Amino acid sequence: MIEIDGITKRYDGITVVNNVSMTIEPRTVTVIVGTSGSGKTTLLRMINRLVEPTAGAIRLDGDDNRSMPGFELRRRIGYAIQGHGLFPHRTVAQNIATVPVLLGWNKARIDAKVTELLTLFQLDPAAFANRFPHELSGGQQQRVGVARALAAEPNVLLMDEPFGALDPIIRAKAQADLLAIQRLLGTTIVLVTHDMDEAFHLAHKIAVMDKGALVQYGRPAELVKDPATAFVQTLIGTSERPFRLLSIETAGDAVEPGPAEGQPLAETVSQRDALSELLWSGRAALPVAATDGTILGRVTLEGLTRRAAKPQ
Amino acid sequence: MKRPGPQKGSRPEWDGDGSLSIRFDKLGVVIALLIAYAVLAAPFATFRANRIVPGDAKGILQALPAGAGMLLLALMAGVALVVLLKTPTRLRLFAAAAGLAAIAVFIGMAATFLTPPANSYARVSPASGFWILLFSFALLAADSITRMRPLPLVRLLLLVMTLGGAAVVLTSGLWDGLSILKEYSGRADVFWLEAGRHVTLALGSLFAAVLVGLPLGILCHRVAPLRAGVLNTLNLIQTIPSIALFGILIAPLGWIAVNVPGAAAIGIRGIGAAPAFVALFLYSLLPVVANTVVGLAGVPREANEAARGIGMTDRQRLFGIEFPLAMPVILTGIRIVLVQNIGLATIAALIGGGGFGVFVFQGIGQTAMDLVLLGAVPTVVLAFAAAIVLDALIEMNAPQRERGRTA
Ligand SMILES: Nc1ncnc2c1ncn2[C@@H]1O[C@H](COP(=O)(O)OP(=O)(O)OP(=O)(O)O)[C@@H](O)[C@H]1O
Ligand SMILES: [Mg+2]
Repeated sequence: MIEIDGITKRYDGITVVNNVSMTIEPRTVTVIVGTSGSGKTTLLRMINRLVEPTAGAIRLDGDDNRSMPGFELRRRIGYAIQGHGLFPHRTVAQNIATVPVLLGWNKARIDAKVTELLTLFQLDPAAFANRFPHELSGGQQQRVGVARALAAEPNVLLMDEPFGALDPIIRAKAQADLLAIQRLLGTTIVLVTHDMDEAFHLAHKIAVMDKGALVQYGRPAELVKDPATAFVQTLIGTSERPFRLLSIETAGDAVEPGPAEGQPLAETVSQRDALSELLWSGRAALPVAATDGTILGRVTLEGLTRRAAKPQ
Repeated sequence: MKRPGPQKGSRPEWDGDGSLSIRFDKLGVVIALLIAYAVLAAPFATFRANRIVPGDAKGILQALPAGAGMLLLALMAGVALVVLLKTPTRLRLFAAAAGLAAIAVFIGMAATFLTPPANSYARVSPASGFWILLFSFALLAADSITRMRPLPLVRLLLLVMTLGGAAVVLTSGLWDGLSILKEYSGRADVFWLEAGRHVTLALGSLFAAVLVGLPLGILCHRVAPLRAGVLNTLNLIQTIPSIALFGILIAPLGWIAVNVPGAAAIGIRGIGAAPAFVALFLYSLLPVVANTVVGLAGVPREANEAARGIGMTDRQRLFGIEFPLAMPVILTGIRIVLVQNIGLATIAALIGGGGFGVFVFQGIGQTAMDLVLLGAVPTVVLAFAAAIVLDALIEMNAPQRERGRTA
């Protein structure tokens, strides 16, 4: 659990983060959104103390994050940034091994971890371990960057616009991978992004920053239903509201009993994608299949329409 | 920008219609002209009745026994032909090596031939034609080696082979008749003593400059307000002429020698090796500090950011990330300093600091050019060798990222 308690940061009298308080539940994904310069990065960097706050405190599982030296704290918290920040003179394996080496793990354990992470991120260890970063594509570099952040098995992973530099197709893949890995490892992720689609796709909770202040912090559905300010409403986009609602949950969550004709949908696709599929196929219902292929039931145009309506 | 006409380098020697098309090498034309001039119009060796009288220039045919002279002419013509045409690079390198070996052997032969028997006053030295040939072949060798892009290790090997060849010629006695070696034979002990001093002075001041300059560079990188001041001061020092700097140093070092206990005992004096060492050290600081600052500034911001973000301490970041990434640039600075110091150390002789400069200035004083050469030639060879070694080191160190592909 991360407790941010009345945190403020001022540079030369200018307040860039203003008295922000929020509690981040363990094993969840929290996404921080807001316009450029609203203080998202600064807030994120105060969690691992790359930036020291002017006032307030941050507690990790109850312990003040100032109870240990900054570098030690940072070895326990994963950190991934836009443009990956890989070390150009070190191989992929050496990059990933950075923090384990700093922590003094033995070689066997480090090697095992590197292999495990490369496999997890779908990079063949035999082909990639000894390559240098410039020998990877942008998407591969990004994955190595995240793998490096996860190498010391941190409970918390901070990500600052991690997918900002990727093209839409690779980005969608990277998001899906991140969610899968987050579920697998149970990591608490705090992620900064400009992309509202990304926020709704990934977030358990969304924090909206505006001019240094936290204007709303809640579940995605709450933001759509009750935007705290006009700014939040603009950010979500008035015409996007029904689709935002549908992009939060999966087709599996909308399954109804009953038969349906046609190509089954995977239960993991978002309801938004399911709706799109229904509209495109011209059908009123489509079957939903689990990953093992068994048919769970169906999604219907009518059911999804109900779910897209303003919550009462 | 496509132009009509044959593609460079891709056309066969024989055209389709069977006519021979001869293609010239651009640099080769220049080198061949130089060779032709050196062989036909310039003297190969100079004969003097003693070491200071004006000499008597001799062409190749006069300087060598009849058969040998013709042979050298033929060899030179052969090399010129290889150079002139577009020939394979390996052949060109071989021609350069053969040319060098030939003039090395024949200049020794000329010395024996021209010196009257049992005359220890007569002097035979290489003349302008020899030097032009030497320059031409060196240029050809450098050009061929550059075209072949050898690995750093191969370049080092070539250097060792060249120096080894020179050592063999020197110890074989082939050149013993040459004036420069006659100068050497009279002062072999002093020569090696001064050589030792020269190297100590050049390397010692470099070492001191790295020891001080690296931390200073790091400090300038981390503490921005310091940067401009330090670099400007070092720049200013760089503009002081060396003789003036020696003069400036005499007073403070003399004062230290008199007033600081023990200073005189370790050799600190107003003149001698101490001011020379300090001057070289001061000149060396700017390239070392400036290149350290530039190198560190060139480290990608994201790499630094990530290093901090994942929990490296400042020291770990410096040694693990910043230094390795800045190393090629820092080494370039060190290379500049080393070559510069080997040259500048010659000046140390002016204030009694020793080194090869001793022979240069003695030679100038006695108008004995051979003695000047005894100081100058080893200095040039040393500087060249140092440059080649450091270039190879830089290349071995720099594109680790590129080499990763093949490793
Ligand atoms: N070291 C610093 N010194 C002074 N001002 C700073 C510093 N770092 C950030 N700021 C200011 O703080 C404000 C918030 O910056 P921050 O990087 O947190 O914004 P952000 O929300 O992450 O923006 P973006 O979406 O563009 O990344 C900006 O106005 C920025 O200029
Ligand atoms: Mg930011």
